Amino acid sequence: MNRYPLWKYVTVAIALVLGFIYTLPNFFGESPAVQVSSAKATLKVDQKTQNRVEEALKAASVAHDGIQLDFNGVKTRFKDTDTQLKAKDALEKAFNPDATDPQYVVALNLLSASPQWLTSLHALPMYLGLDLRGGVHFLLQVDMKGALTKRLDSTSADLRTLMRDKNLRHGGVNREGDRIVIKFRDTETQNKARFAMSESQPDLQVVEAGDASEPRLIATLKVQAQQKIGESALKQNITTLHNRINELGVAEPVIQQQGQDRIVVQLPGVQDTAKAKDILGRTATLEIRLVDDTPGALDAALAGNPPFGTEVYTERGGQPLLVKKQVVLTGDRLTDAQPGFDNQTQEPAVHLTLDSAGARIFKDVTRENVNKRMAILLIEKGKGEVITAPVIRTEIGGGRVQISGRMTTVEANDTALLLRAGSLAAPMEIIEERTIGPSLGAENIKKGFHSTMWGFAAIAVFMILYYQMFGVVSVLALASNLLFLVAILSLLQATLTLPGIAAIALTLGMAIDANVLINERVREELRAGMPPQAAISEGYERAFGTILDSNITTLIAGLALLIFGSGPVRGFAVVHCLGILTSIFSSVVVSRALVNLIYGRQKKLTKVAIGQVWKPGVAAGTQK
Amino acid sequence: MEFFRIKKDIPFMRHALTFNVISLVTFILAVFFLFTKGLHLSVEFTGGTLVEVKYQQAADLEKIRGALGKSGFSDYSVQNFGSSQDVMIRLPLKGEQNTSQLGEAVMKSLETEAPGAALSRVEFVGPQVGKELAENGAMALLLVVIGIVIYLAFRFEWRFSVSAIIANLHDVVIILGFFAFFQWEFSLSVLAAVLAVLGYSVNESVVVFDRVRETFKKVRGLSTPEVLDHAITSTISRTIITHGSTQLMVLSMLIFGGETLYYFALALTIGICFGIYSSVLVASPLVMWLGVSREQFIRQKKVVEGANEEGAVV
Repeated sequence: MNRYPLWKYVTVAIALVLGFIYTLPNFFGESPAVQVSSAKATLKVDQKTQNRVEEALKAASVAHDGIQLDFNGVKTRFKDTDTQLKAKDALEKAFNPDATDPQYVVALNLLSASPQWLTSLHALPMYLGLDLRGGVHFLLQVDMKGALTKRLDSTSADLRTLMRDKNLRHGGVNREGDRIVIKFRDTETQNKARFAMSESQPDLQVVEAGDASEPRLIATLKVQAQQKIGESALKQNITTLHNRINELGVAEPVIQQQGQDRIVVQLPGVQDTAKAKDILGRTATLEIRLVDDTPGALDAALAGNPPFGTEVYTERGGQPLLVKKQVVLTGDRLTDAQPGFDNQTQEPAVHLTLDSAGARIFKDVTRENVNKRMAILLIEKGKGEVITAPVIRTEIGGGRVQISGRMTTVEANDTALLLRAGSLAAPMEIIEERTIGPSLGAENIKKGFHSTMWGFAAIAVFMILYYQMFGVVSVLALASNLLFLVAILSLLQATLTLPGIAAIALTLGMAIDANVLINERVREELRAGMPPQAAISEGYERAFGTILDSNITTLIAGLALLIFGSGPVRGFAVVHCLGILTSIFSSVVVSRALVNLIYGRQKKLTKVAIGQVWKPGVAAGTQK
Repeated sequence: MEFFRIKKDIPFMRHALTFNVISLVTFILAVFFLFTKGLHLSVEFTGGTLVEVKYQQAADLEKIRGALGKSGFSDYSVQNFGSSQDVMIRLPLKGEQNTSQLGEAVMKSLETEAPGAALSRVEFVGPQVGKELAENGAMALLLVVIGIVIYLAFRFEWRFSVSAIIANLHDVVIILGFFAFFQWEFSLSVLAAVLAVLGYSVNESVVVFDRVRETFKKVRGLSTPEVLDHAITSTISRTIITHGSTQLMVLSMLIFGGETLYYFALALTIGICFGIYSSVLVASPLVMWLGVSREQFIRQKKVVEGANEEGAVV
């Protein structure tokens, strides 16, 4: 009765072999590597790039342990971190001769040192979280309201153009909070305008307001449109962050949406957190607006009474400047920004390239406003700064614009980087930040590993002493549980964090419960006078229901943590839940297979090594 | 080896009232401390900035405090963290500060006054996040409670599920009471530990209840207290050994896990100790007082079989 059919043994054996293979890569550790990938969408990394890497390393006489090409880029392994750093410098020089305009990302990385055949089976080491490998974690909150406001502002501008094109006279188009109010002189125009708007602006919900003497239209964004704007703003911000992080040179950045309006950024291995934060945190958007140069208007504004539709900004030099609220162009229209020098004055400058729509608008505006000034504003966290406010000398066509004036070379570089990386669709704010030094990460791994190891050893010693052969079986089952858990974590490439390691330890500590239940049951049956074979069978059978119940209650807690947990708790929950599942298999199926192998074949089994079974002289009182 | 040589069923139920009174007193004390002292919540919940630095030699905390004071920080706390070389600096959330740059500002002010510090960790948590974490924590707790009540009610009987959840929720309150009384830091990982303990110590009740059900079905002519006594006595060996094994693991975390895992392991330790007590000695009397009897189990048979089938799928 204690024999498994062959297929059950085979299942267990296959599970163990698979578990072993997928756990294996974790033992090889990682070797330092340098990764070269493209910083531009147009640039492809291919065999030629790999050859270039090889040549560059040879030229710098840096020895390497192998080069591989994958979809991420060209990765080269090195013996130690010193060689790795040397190689990085050499490659940086070879691939990015112009430091201000990097074509490639040359980043330090760690590659699994496991043999090729394992990697080709997708057997990779566990993916370590930031608290174990060091790095920076940011949680950014996207200001959706800001995105909507921005959209309404540009829609107002579109409406003005629309009215002009259709020859509809209006008494002003203004944004008031989250709606646009358009004044008219008569109801006829109002009706016409309403018709025109419904045709050209399907995203707007237009209602009539005011009376016959003062007719108005009030336009708001439809709910679906608002959602769409929010989604696309988030998407654009993620793309922008990708570009900015590319400039930083990080091997495996994680940039993900979290919830409706949040973005998680994780930069493993980044040491220079200040620089990272500077680039990420500078949530700058570019705006081009016209300057109000009406005599006396500035003085009135400074006296606290700015003319309608204008606001006061400060120039870099410190002079106040009266700027119209209406935005001519935003950073969305920008396709490129490069630092450089002014052709005539040799001052540091930033050269901008606009897309076709932007170029057309820019051409129109400059033609209509010759000899007036235009302000280029950089908006950071809701505060604007006028970078420069040049006088428009002539109509500027072709979409090529140059910003110069009172900039240092470094400032020009930074501004260009910021603008090139794309402006953000909506402002963002860092609401959570975690920086973990690399040494702390290594220490955390050590601590987590030691806790698990010593805890496991203590349990193993106790179980074997207390239950003898059944103890050995329990320990082997527990070990197989650990094997399965690590294999699944490696296979899923789930992020392992310190709380995750704690969960491994805790899961092992709890999983032994199942084996204790079984062993105690078997003892009990023996005590009640059952023959060993029957006792084993009964013990396993009876314990199973209890094991299932207790694991399900634990699993409920684990799932709740998984659903509501974030950050470290989530890491804990993932491992905990997986661990419960593997423990059911290993403590019931694997341990039973072992017991069956050991005892199942003996027909006349008289004794099993399960430790001393004490039989009370008086039968346990209840068995009447 | 066999630790437990119990000749007769131990009459636990005779002392049921005593156990519950002890439990109630502990519970009231825990609630009292929770209200008077409150939890010492970590930066994750309150928001703020936390900077951990490491010195080559023992750090001079006074100098660090001086440096921070000079640079215009206020309401900071400076403590050793784990060893005399590691220092933890906590800064509260301030409205008008450029919070995301705070870590660098702290390092700069340390450089001049107390040089030699290497940055090991910075954590900044904005106010929105903290509030959400607290809400999510409460939601998780609620979900666990509802989930367990429903499962046990379905698997056993409502009396069992109600008593199990009362017994184990009071464990949670007691753990929180400990954290309030000693002003240990209550962080996210402690919350995870608390919820894990909740799921774990319900196990304990499940094992005993399982045996109660079995005894009711198999043995005739026993009074309810006798059945409960028998169930507890026959599972006590397993209870102690299982919890002992889990505690071995937790102890190992307590010793080797370092500061980060310390409170996590501590919460588990308290949870395991009180878990045994309450899920066995509090939950069982509650079941008795709620009026469990033999008749409730005879017709339950079908349900049990169904559940086993479901189990095979898992």
